[in-house]
Amino acid sequence: MTMQVLAVDDSRTMRDMVRLALTAEGIGAHLAEDGLHGLELLDEIPAPDAIITDINMPRMDGFGFIDGVRAREEFRAIPILVLTTESAAEMKARARDAGATGWIVKPFEPARLVKALRMVAG
Amino acid sequence: MSDPMAEIRASFFVECEELLEALQDGLQTLYDEMGDGETVNVVFRAVHSIKGGAGAFGLDTLVAFAHRFETALDLVRSGHLSASPDVLKLFFTCSDILTDLVREARDDIPHDPTRTDPILAELDTLLGATPADDVAEDDPIDFEVTTLSLDLDLDAPGETEDPTWDITFTPGPLLYANGNEPQFLFRALRDLGDLTVTCHDNDLPPLEALDCEHAHLGWTLRLTTPEGRGAIADAFDFVEGLCSLDIMRADDAPPPPADLPDLAELDDLAALSGETPDPEKPIPEPVRPTSETAPSPEPSPRPAPAAATPRATVRVDLDRIDRLVNLVGEIVINQAMLSQSVDAAGVPPNSPVRTGLEEFQQLTRDIQESVMMIRAQPVKSLFQRMSRIVREASAAIGKDVRLRTEGENTEVDKTVIERLADPLTHMIRNAVDHGLEPGDAREAAGKPREGTVQLTALHRSGRVVIEVADDGAGINRPKVLAKAIEKELIPADSQLTDSEIDNLLFLPGFSTADRISNLSGRGVGMDVVRNAIQALGGRVTIQSEPGQGTTFSISLPLTLAVLDGMVVRVARETLVVPLNAIFETLAVTPDDLRAFGPNTHVINIRDTFVPLIDLGAELGYRHPLQDYTGSVVLLIGQEDGLAAAVVVDAIEDQRQVVIKGLQEAYGRVPGIAAATILGDGQIALILDPIDLVAQASGHTQPAKPVSPQKIGVSS
Repeated sequence: MTMQVLAVDDSRTMRDMVRLALTAEGIGAHLAEDGLHGLELLDEIPAPDAIITDINMPRMDGFGFIDGVRAREEFRAIPILVLTTESAAEMKARARDAGATGWIVKPFEPARLVKALRMVAG
Repeated sequence: MSDPMAEIRASFFVECEELLEALQDGLQTLYDEMGDGETVNVVFRAVHSIKGGAGAFGLDTLVAFAHRFETALDLVRSGHLSASPDVLKLFFTCSDILTDLVREARDDIPHDPTRTDPILAELDTLLGATPADDVAEDDPIDFEVTTLSLDLDLDAPGETEDPTWDITFTPGPLLYANGNEPQFLFRALRDLGDLTVTCHDNDLPPLEALDCEHAHLGWTLRLTTPEGRGAIADAFDFVEGLCSLDIMRADDAPPPPADLPDLAELDDLAALSGETPDPEKPIPEPVRPTSETAPSPEPSPRPAPAAATPRATVRVDLDRIDRLVNLVGEIVINQAMLSQSVDAAGVPPNSPVRTGLEEFQQLTRDIQESVMMIRAQPVKSLFQRMSRIVREASAAIGKDVRLRTEGENTEVDKTVIERLADPLTHMIRNAVDHGLEPGDAREAAGKPREGTVQLTALHRSGRVVIEVADDGAGINRPKVLAKAIEKELIPADSQLTDSEIDNLLFLPGFSTADRISNLSGRGVGMDVVRNAIQALGGRVTIQSEPGQGTTFSISLPLTLAVLDGMVVRVARETLVVPLNAIFETLAVTPDDLRAFGPNTHVINIRDTFVPLIDLGAELGYRHPLQDYTGSVVLLIGQEDGLAAAVVVDAIEDQRQVVIKGLQEAYGRVPGIAAATILGDGQIALILDPIDLVAQASGHTQPAKPVSPQKIGVSS
């Protein structure tokens, strides 16, 4: 069973890049355009092995999204990587408080992202 | 297969255009004081997303500028900076520069720092004027880093044998709550070298007392690796602060006791920073109430599903659409040919063939309309470009001008939008430069100091109308008249109506400004504007009210792919004349006709003399006729009046034709706009009547387009 990842980012470019990085490694990618869309998608697809999310997004930002995921019993153990241009310690702390597993600063190297995914999701 | 990165790059620039549009929109909303917190967020996110994507492609100049801009926007977002009109004006300029930088990056144009530097300095002043900690929080250097690799190799180089490391690792409950799995961490370590793992389960309670929300296990790991401490720490990057961790060179310290005591309290920062904890001081594993450790128990802020779901759109290459447009054009032609064959075969009116054909005709028309709609785009992007023109133009001449737009979502063919940019730019500059009075004059006239230029788009009877209206002083008709007489564009004793005077602005070489400003006096007159619009099958009209302002209206066809035309015959050739250029058709009577010399005639249309153009002779199909009495003429003209009477042999039909470009194959042919294929398979040229009149040779009248008034008065 190949790894399945849900990636949430409001930038189409970022979604495309994440998808490219994942599919090149044989990882399945589901893409959502913001936190709300991500939560909706979680109900539609089989539970992913890992989640990647941006922070700054319309409608529902990454913090809200992580809260939303962690509030659901069945999603509590899914590792969540934050992928953002933000690097402020205070933001990282907030994401971790919400339940984020890891933090990767954009721009990202595909290999680095995949390595991080393997590290949190096997 | 195409390079996926190149595709993403291309798609990034498309996305940038959308983001820049959102940015412009948001800034305008804020400027109009209609915005709220979310507007600021939208503006911030637009710049933020551009920065993010630009970083991915290593577009450093773009990243650096976007970052500074974003930092300033963040101050507004956080309430540290108020969005005053001055600040917003700077943001508008930043947005313009960002637009330029995006295009430079896209087209690989070298960057010219002289334009950005002053603005960056202004941004810095703005940033400097606010609490320093907000600025420092987000250091630009972060974005020059391309990887997050923490490979701070602390080992001395030249080491021959791989060192061995002892790692003690005890997860806290939050480690699990945040979705980490130690097993995967160990796997990552195993990739670094030789790894042995020992699990410590002394704290594991009996099953009935086991709380699976808590962490009960600890590990010691021994790793022999050529990698440095950095690589090992890297593996624990995400769990830093969620566990107690100690990484030690095995030869630096005695091997850890087999029975490892709990090392440190989780919150102990010393433990987190990798310092050696004190093994002598056993500390019970912290047990926090679940409510604290579990992720936020509050219900997620999840609005009702009724919230707008992301719009379903598909991006399609324009070439593909054009191909579809072409194919549909072929269907239209084919269908016309089929109808003609059915007619020729004498099929009775109520036969199934005819009914079927009629349905086919209807479907064809529907398909054609649907395809045209794919090419249609809102004029918004065009209007946004104009808002920049207004800002730059008003700044250049020191007038306060506000651009208002209406009907931005009106859709027009993409090509029309693209080709409208230049004429519209010129009209906007004109409105700012000539239309609006200087601030003092406005105040003296009891108007607000700030002038308004209103840009409106709307659909009217199957065409798109775009209006450029200013609330200036209106056209100074005596001055225009005097200028036209001085430039010998009209005779000195001309008696013109207001509307005729207004239309003098469209004469070639006309300029009312006494002083040529560097804004609109660029040697381009309104005649060029009118020609450009006519080339799109459009018309321009003027309305002006003294003291109230001037409105230019452009009326355009919805598409450039089909055209309503009149099919005419000349010297056994079939031609199509665009209907929008034809005022009237009539047969010439001897009374109307005046000869001005050999082969030069005018005809009298309601007491106005109009030059006669013999189309057959003009296009070189045949010699000029000896006598034009009884000839069929098309009165060709523009909004300001008739330009010429074009002689044809016969009028055949009036119909919609599919436009086939000629320029690719033949370049520009004077007097000819394009070609089409008629129902019988015959190819017909589509005339460009205004160009034809302008090009008209000595066979008929002087090449210079002649205003009807001039003829009328001089005869």
